[in-house]
Amino acid sequence: MKVSAIITLKKDVLDPQGKVIHQTLDGMGFKDINEVRQGKYFEIDVKENDPTKAKGIVEDMCKKLLANLVIENYKIIEIQ
Amino acid sequence: MKSSVITFPGSNCDRDMDVALKKFGFDNKMVWHNDNELPKSDLVVLPGGFSYGDYLRCGSMASKSKIMQSVINFAKSGGLVLGICNGFQILVETGLVPGVLLRNKYLEFICKNVFVKLDNKDNPYFKNIDKDIFELHIAHNEGNYFCTDDQLKEIKDNNQVAIYYSNNKGQIDENSNPNGSIKNIAGIFNKEKNVLGMMPHPERMIDQSLSGEDGSIFFKNLIKNIK
Repeated sequence: MKVSAIITLKKDVLDPQGKVIHQTLDGMGFKDINEVRQGKYFEIDVKENDPTKAKGIVEDMCKKLLANLVIENYKIIEIQ
Repeated sequence: MKSSVITFPGSNCDRDMDVALKKFGFDNKMVWHNDNELPKSDLVVLPGGFSYGDYLRCGSMASKSKIMQSVINFAKSGGLVLGICNGFQILVETGLVPGVLLRNKYLEFICKNVFVKLDNKDNPYFKNIDKDIFELHIAHNEGNYFCTDDQLKEIKDNNQVAIYYSNNKGQIDENSNPNGSIKNIAGIFNKEKNVLGMMPHPERMIDQSLSGEDGSIFFKNLIKNIK
């Protein structure tokens, strides 16, 4: 199954890249932005046909490597 | 005194560290990241560089290297483990020291000399050192030390801050903070003080004619403490 996960910075963690993107978008004329936060997206094809099990495997990967839980949250957004 | 420097793919300060350790009397061995066992060591150093191209997060891949299980066991049994720059990033990713290193606040790669103030001499690294303010070199893109409020409280309660960014007089303030690190933290210990992670490079300050000698003071003191 293909499992998609996103990793985002926690709310209290400064995201300087997001800030610069915000400023650039603002300079381009996108004036209606409150905030930009940048994250990471992973698409992992696992050798598992059971969606619950596949989700569990990728969650484990997120906890152990893909995300650093001191500063980041992860979320499984799609299983197909 | 025996030391080991671990070389990861992308390490680039490993040989400088080898030169520094040997200069001050260590019998140093270079250890490849894919080895299983550490040679007998009194000190293990995780050097600076860009291990695994800084993929995913700096230090994250290296922290899962084969050799790291031995390094973690060595640290947990009380062995001295020193992580410099990328080595510090690897240490936080293993969880041996608390916190993380984020991208520098102003998104610049910083390469310059800084002053740091020692905070704690009750440990094998700085015990008996007769200097409080050191001029050392930093070169990093991700040195912005961050931790949660709970972690910060624990770090303070256990005197785990090793060094702070300061000015040449030892004042610790916003002006002397190069990268946005929380509370100007430049280096940190584990609770037991046998593991030290720091962003500045003492191995780049071991020759008066090339740089400065504050790194020499650090290494001379360290080997004396280990003996």
